[in-house]
Amino acid sequence: MDGFGRVPYQAEEPVFHEPWEGRTFALLGAGMVAGLYGTPVFRHSMERIEPPRYLASSYFERWSIGLATLLVESGAVTAEELDAALGEPMPRSLPVRAPRLASPGPDVTEPCFRVGDAVRVRNEHPVGHTRCPRYVRGRVGTVTIVHGPGNLDDVEAHSDGKRLEPVYAVRFEGSELWGATAEPRTSVTIDLFESYLEAS
Amino acid sequence: MSDTHGHSHEVAGPAARVAALERVMIEKGLVEESFIDSVVETYTDRFGPRNGARVVARAWTDDAYKQRLLADGKAAIAELGFDGPEGDVVAVENTDEVHNVVVCTLCSCYPWSVLGLPPRWYKSYEYRARMVREPRTVLREFGLDLPAETEVRVWDSSAEKRYLVLPQRPADTDGLEEDALASLVTRDSMIGVSRL
Repeated sequence: MDGFGRVPYQAEEPVFHEPWEGRTFALLGAGMVAGLYGTPVFRHSMERIEPPRYLASSYFERWSIGLATLLVESGAVTAEELDAALGEPMPRSLPVRAPRLASPGPDVTEPCFRVGDAVRVRNEHPVGHTRCPRYVRGRVGTVTIVHGPGNLDDVEAHSDGKRLEPVYAVRFEGSELWGATAEPRTSVTIDLFESYLEAS
Repeated sequence: MSDTHGHSHEVAGPAARVAALERVMIEKGLVEESFIDSVVETYTDRFGPRNGARVVARAWTDDAYKQRLLADGKAAIAELGFDGPEGDVVAVENTDEVHNVVVCTLCSCYPWSVLGLPPRWYKSYEYRARMVREPRTVLREFGLDLPAETEVRVWDSSAEKRYLVLPQRPADTDGLEEDALASLVTRDSMIGVSRL
């Protein structure tokens, strides 16, 4: 998204600006400890907040909306119980749109790209969770680090299991991402799972 | 939210909502009050940028340690006793020629084990959107005006690795011990929005 102004920098600030922020952080962790959801499912619960509300909500407000959503979707609590506790409807996210995967699929642990390889990010637009940002889709970069395999978030968010996949740090020149308006001598390096990439 | 989005019936603010979530989770046996208090205390007191400052000061004074840090950040950081969630860290070194800076455009990925939880501005839409698009301009707004010949490398953390910038050791610090050096290392220099 474009058009934002100056970064709201503060030299000194507390870890939690208000007590409810710290409690949100801890409650979210408690739900993970209780096995209700993992990190990819949690992230996706916030991505499903309707866009106007998403943009108007603070960071930990988004966490609290994700938490309310997951408490209901996991079956731990009903929506009516949350609404009754609050005395008005508890805000929650929109439903999952991506189909549930029947199986996570086989692990891939042998990387097929090497440092120095040119790779293009596949121009795919999943409706579910992904860790591939839009601004690199279709763009060509160079592999600079081959990381060990990681759990593919796209699969973990929408199945009962996990799938390992090689992860690469891929460097994109500024001009590849932003054309003639790119600032000179800049690049962005981003970690991408192997299935996001194809040889270029 | 404004009336135009159909949320005009909402009266409760975030504090009331979270208090309601907490009451329900306690009733259902999903969490205990003591757990909440201990998590808040841990992330307020135990994690923070002073851990990262120890790592940087060690790297400045012990070249073998620095090489281990650059080769395997997680293991080198664990040598100093720092670990925990979000601890799979890659250290990237600033030089005269290259300046590194870290962002997470998708959410708020940050090396908790060495820097603690991220500051609010790091999680802001402004920082997330603009640091990849116009890093020199954003850095200038932070007060860091890099020469045109310095290469700017932005690291967008998006998978399991977290990135820590290893700043350059300031000039005129030859005689300083590790503790004194650590006190010079700022959070912002380890994110890459400032130099020392």
